[in-house]
Parts: sequence; structure tokens; C-alpha cells
Amino acid sequence: MPTKIEKDEHSGTDTTGHVWDGVRELNTPLPKWWVWVYAACVVWGFALFLLYPSIPYGSGYFHGLLGYSSRVEAMKGVAEMHARHAADMDRIASADFATIKADPKLVATAEAAGRIAFANNCQPCHGAGGEGHVGYPALGDDVWLWGGKVEDIAATITHGIRSTDADARNSQMPSFGADGQLTAAQIGAVADYVSTLYGIATPGPDVQKGAALFADNCAVCHGDKGQGNREVGAPPLAAKVHLYGNDRATIVAQITRPRMGVMPNWNTRLDPATIKSLALYVHALGGGE
Amino acid sequence: MCMPLVAANDVVSAMNTASPQGLYATRVKVQPMAVHGIARRVKWLILIACLGIYYLLPWLRWDRGPNAPNQAVLLDIWERRFYLFWIELWPQDIYLLTGFLIIAALSLFLVTAMFGRVWCGYTCPQTVWTDLFMWVERLIEGDRNARIRLDAAPMSASKLARRIAKHAVWLGIAFWTGGAWIMYYVDAPTVVGEFWTGRADMSVYFFTGLFTATTYLLAGWAREQVCTYMCPWPRFQSAMFDEQTLVVTYQGWRGEPRGHGRREPASALKTSDLANKLGDCVDCSACVQACPTGIDIRDGIQLECIGCGLCVDACNHVMDKSGGTPWLITWDTLARQQAKAEGRSEKFRLVRPRTVLYAGLLLIGLVLLSVAMVSRSRFDVTILHDRAPLFVRLADGSLRNGYEVKLANKLPEPGHFSLSVRGLADARLSLAEQVRPPAASVDIDVERDSVGDARVLLEARPADLHDGAAVFDFVVTNKDTGKQTLYRSRFMGPSGGSTR
Repeated sequence: MPTKIEKDEHSGTDTTGHVWDGVRELNTPLPKWWVWVYAACVVWGFALFLLYPSIPYGSGYFHGLLGYSSRVEAMKGVAEMHARHAADMDRIASADFATIKADPKLVATAEAAGRIAFANNCQPCHGAGGEGHVGYPALGDDVWLWGGKVEDIAATITHGIRSTDADARNSQMPSFGADGQLTAAQIGAVADYVSTLYGIATPGPDVQKGAALFADNCAVCHGDKGQGNREVGAPPLAAKVHLYGNDRATIVAQITRPRMGVMPNWNTRLDPATIKSLALYVHALGGGE
Repeated sequence: MCMPLVAANDVVSAMNTASPQGLYATRVKVQPMAVHGIARRVKWLILIACLGIYYLLPWLRWDRGPNAPNQAVLLDIWERRFYLFWIELWPQDIYLLTGFLIIAALSLFLVTAMFGRVWCGYTCPQTVWTDLFMWVERLIEGDRNARIRLDAAPMSASKLARRIAKHAVWLGIAFWTGGAWIMYYVDAPTVVGEFWTGRADMSVYFFTGLFTATTYLLAGWAREQVCTYMCPWPRFQSAMFDEQTLVVTYQGWRGEPRGHGRREPASALKTSDLANKLGDCVDCSACVQACPTGIDIRDGIQLECIGCGLCVDACNHVMDKSGGTPWLITWDTLARQQAKAEGRSEKFRLVRPRTVLYAGLLLIGLVLLSVAMVSRSRFDVTILHDRAPLFVRLADGSLRNGYEVKLANKLPEPGHFSLSVRGLADARLSLAEQVRPPAASVDIDVERDSVGDARVLLEARPADLHDGAAVFDFVVTNKDTGKQTLYRSRFMGPSGGSTR
């Protein structure tokens, strides 16, 4: 409580009676309406407590009289967005790719839907920008295992690779080493030859031997010059892009007991319009043919 | 005998007169008296000009061709364009707003240092609308004394009618004000039509309602409380004031000692009476009654004084009627008043270090802003490198980088551009959306008044990468004018300096 209210000589104003180290506080009265506005704000604050989710208890919380939920609002927004694009997505589902690409509005919708679907479903393996990882193909380059046309990409997404889908893209590379079809020395020779295909020269008699073994065992799928075969998903060995690596040990391991990628069939999880949007999006990442 | 020119009230005192105070102040309603004079005339003229500009400007048309709005001043938030007569501003030009604000601040500093709070007294929207509302109040409820009587009178049919009329007119003006506000953001004739047929956007109704409510509240009810308690400007005006600033001043050396009573010519007074001779102030309190913030100018320079000069008019009127010398309350500097009190004379010093500094800064600001406005580009290039992947290796071993190219074409006609690369050996470009063999350049067309977006793929086999990157320039060529714009960028590859 103020102890001694005096009139300040200089300003003629009352003091509040508060003194700090000899400094006295002048009393500049607050307008009463200001105080009432402050009180009204406090009351409004309590009103918000009652109206909106506020007080937590044990396993739950007070939901508020309005029953507001930010999650419900967000889901409403998602539903609104789906409704807004429903007509476009229906057309994407029914039209062929040429028709879609001729309509900039459909392309924009597909690009947006594809980007979201990619981030939700594909990114964990193929990377945020489709950059790929060891064993998971990069989608922005010009090397494709099963085809880089937008229809090929759509088919791959729909049915998957070595998935449980009946129309899945399927092929099996023999385990040349593990099944005893080639000896370790022969495998080494093939590996030496294969590395020359993409420019790592290891001259020697083994390369000659490897070339012959390659022609007999590998060329049927990978092509006589290592150009690959998309019918069976055989990688183009002559390309400078390699799924598992380009060092000799990796090639030897791959011939001995090959690793083969598996991709789920997305037709059980994504609707046709989303899959087509995804195909268009992936096609535009840079590698589309 | 001095005639009571101002209707007598028993006690007329300033609302900020010192008295034993509580911690909370009850508002004392200010009932300003009507005055006539030079300050009032200037105030009316400025009020009419300000309100005229505010209410009518949105209706002014300005031909910008077939594809742009034809409203002279339009702040199109939805389309992100500001149109100010011949100037069209994009969001990219928002930094210019900083310049406008700095110039506005410096102008205010300069004017305040020279002429005191003329902004507050004449042009501030709070002052202008309060003045308008007071005029309405005076028309309906009468002048000061009639209003005081009406306030004190018990409720009657006539009082109720006057009150209803006053608030109805206030609300009408406030609604017009709120409606005019929204017209600066959407096309005025369109929004008026939509507003009355219920087809306008919810935000139009909301902001019209908001500004109707604030105008009614601030100009009808809050008035001088806004200046005294809410506005920060009176708090830091003292930093711009000095003893050479022209302010509304009561010439105390002339007026004191104030008092009612006959003024004898000096020759008629005995020498012994000279010391007790009354000053020019007849203590009629007209200056206090006329003050829109309810203060007594004779107490000297005060926080609440908005410098409107209505007390000058009030005092001159009384002096005129009583045969006294006018300009007892006048515009003068504190230094000159001090000098006059001491019998010296002193000149106005409008040019002094403070004003020269403000004027100089203002000039620099104006020049910089003008240069920025004039040299503002009608074309902008932004090229962002993809974040992921930084680069892609291709089957033949070359590298490919992706870029997001944004070309802002601010002209009213479509732009045709060609993008090529300088300073990167064997570079080939292609557009991601189009499956075409890469070429030395790609064409990008941008529609009028919009930003063209293209994802561009750049293939190269750079011989020397420093820290995994090579620096080069994108060249954007306007195919219509041949004008070239360079944009410095980077081509990324594996760190280690080699592509293989």
C-alpha cells in the first residue's frame, strides 16, 4: 500500500507513494474504461476455456462446449480438397495419357496429386526427389529396368515387381555360383569382362574367357553388348548407372547369388487415378521416355 | 465592464487540472464549443479534402488496357497486385513499402520539428472523423451549452429522438467509411453491386462491419481518449520538439495576470497600480471550452494538445468582441515567447540542425525511392537448383541437374524467352515435361502479367568440379527484344572433382 502520497513540486502531480531508492513514482491515473476492457479480456479468456478444448485430465481432456477439434477441421479440409479435384481425378482415371497430357489443367492436377502420393508412398525407397539408393533405382536418370514410357511406369506401379500380383513384372536371374553353374574362376572372368562394358578396363586373358562365358550365359537376357532387356527387366550392364554398384566384388556377388528387387503392387492401395498421376509425376522427374 | 461573451458556467476547468487523484480516472466528457476563425477554416478545408479523397478515390478510373483492372488505386490482395495510378507493384516489390514508410516517418519528423503537431491537429484520421462526428452532434444536439443541458436533462421524447438521430447519422457515416475502405481492395462498382445483393465475399462484409464499428466507436465515443491514451505519437513527439518549434502558445507575458474587470489605459493608472495592472487575458475560458481534447492551453505545452489551434480562434473572437488585442493565443516558438517576456526580439529559426537533418534524410529517402521505383525491373529471373537429387548420373556417364526456373513477366503482353547456358562445357538443356533430346537452349513462354514456371534439366560433363560444383551462368534471352539477363548458378556433381 502507498505510504505517503505527496504532490510532486515540479509537475504538480500526485505521487503514488511508491519510492525506489529515492525515486518517487508519479501517479498517472489509468482511465477506468481501460481497466474495464482489461477485465472484459480476462472474462473472454475464461469464455474461450469453456468453448474450446482446454483442460487436460488423466487420459483425456475437456472438449469444450463447441466440440471443436483441429484434427476434424484438418480432415474436413482434406475432404474439401478431394471434392474439389474429384472431377479432374475422374477424368484422369478414364482418359488415356495422351489426352491427359493435352490438357494443362489435368496435368497440373496430376502433378500435384502425384507429388503428394510419391511423398506418401514411394519416397521411403526411391528418395524424396526420386534419387534412389543402392538396390532402389533412381527415377530421374535415363536407365530403366522395365521401361520408361509413362504407360510402362504406370504398369510397374500398378502390378509391382516380383509382387504377389498375377500380372506382376517377373523374372529370375539364376544363381550361377550358388547353383554350381559357374565356378568361382569363371565368375571372376565374367566380372572382369562386364566391367569393361562400362569402361573399367582390366586387360588380361580372363577378359577373353569372360566374354565367351558372357555370350553363353548372360547375353540371352542382358544382350550381347550388355544393352539390357526390358522384357525381363535385365539391367543394361553397359550403362554407367548401376543398381548395386560397379566394383568387381559387387558383380561377383551378383553373379554368384543375385539380389533382385521387389516392389509392391500398388493397385491394392492406390486408386487408378492416383497411380496414373504418380506415373506422370515420375515420368516428369527427368527420365521419362 | 467585460461582457460575458461565453455563456457562463459556474466552473469551467481543464480536464487535466491537477487535483488529488485516484489511481483510476473517470472520463470527463469533453463538449467542445463551436468556433469560427482561421484555424477552423483551414481545418474544414483539410477535412473536406481528406474525406473527399478517401471516399471518392476508389471510384476514380484508370485505363490500363483490356487485361488489367481499371481502378486508379487498387490493393488487390487476392491477385497479389497493388495498382497506384500508373504504378503496378508485385509482391517482389514489397521492399519499396519500407521506403514509403521511412519517407512518411521522416516527413512527419520534419513537419513536427518545424510546425508542431499539425498532423495530429489537421490530418490524422482520428481528428478528421472526430471533427466530422462533432459537427453532426452539433447539428442535432446544439452547441456546447445545449449539449450539456441535454445530457443533464431527464429522458424525454425529444431527447430520445435527438439521441437516436445522432447515433443513426454516426452509424451511417461509419458504414460509409467502412464500405469505402473495402473499395480499396476490390473493384468499387462491382463490390457495391455484390454487397447489396448479398453476393459479396464474407470478408467484404466482415471488414465493412469491422471498420464501421471502429469508426463509430473511435470517432463517436473514444475521441480524444485515442490521442491521450492509445496513440504512441504523442509519447515520442517530444523527441522532435525543441524551443524553436512553432506551437500553439498562450502568450502568458501578455495575458497575465488574468482576470475579469475593466482595463484602464496605462496613462489612467496611478504608478502604484501599474504593478497590479491586469493582463490581456479576461479569463473567459473560451479557449478551454473550444478545445477538442478539453485542456487549458494557458497551462503551457501539454501531452494532450493536438495543435489544432481552435483555442486561437476562440480567443481571437473574444478579443474582437471585447476590443482587446487579438492573437493572445497564437502560433509561436517557445524561444520567441521567452524573448518577448524579457523584452527582447528573436527571429523564427525554421532552418536549424534538426530540421536540416530531417530534410536531408527525407531528400535522400525520396531520391532513393524514386530511383528504386524508376529502375524497378519489369522482368525477374529466379532459378533454384533441385534439392534432391543434387545430380543424376546418366547411362553414358554424363551428369544431369534439375532446376526450377521462374520468369516473372510484369508486362501486359506475353513474353517469349530462350534459356541457354554460358560457362559450362558441352551443356545441353531440356524441359522436364517434354520428352525431347536436349539442346543448347530451351524456349519458355510466359503469359502476360504472370510468373512462368518451368523445370529445366541440364546435362553436362564438366571437366573441373570444385567441391562438387561448377559455377556457370544461365542466360535468359527475350526473343522479342533480344535483351539478355544473366543468372549465376551451380552445376553439381560428385565431390572429388571428377565425373568418374
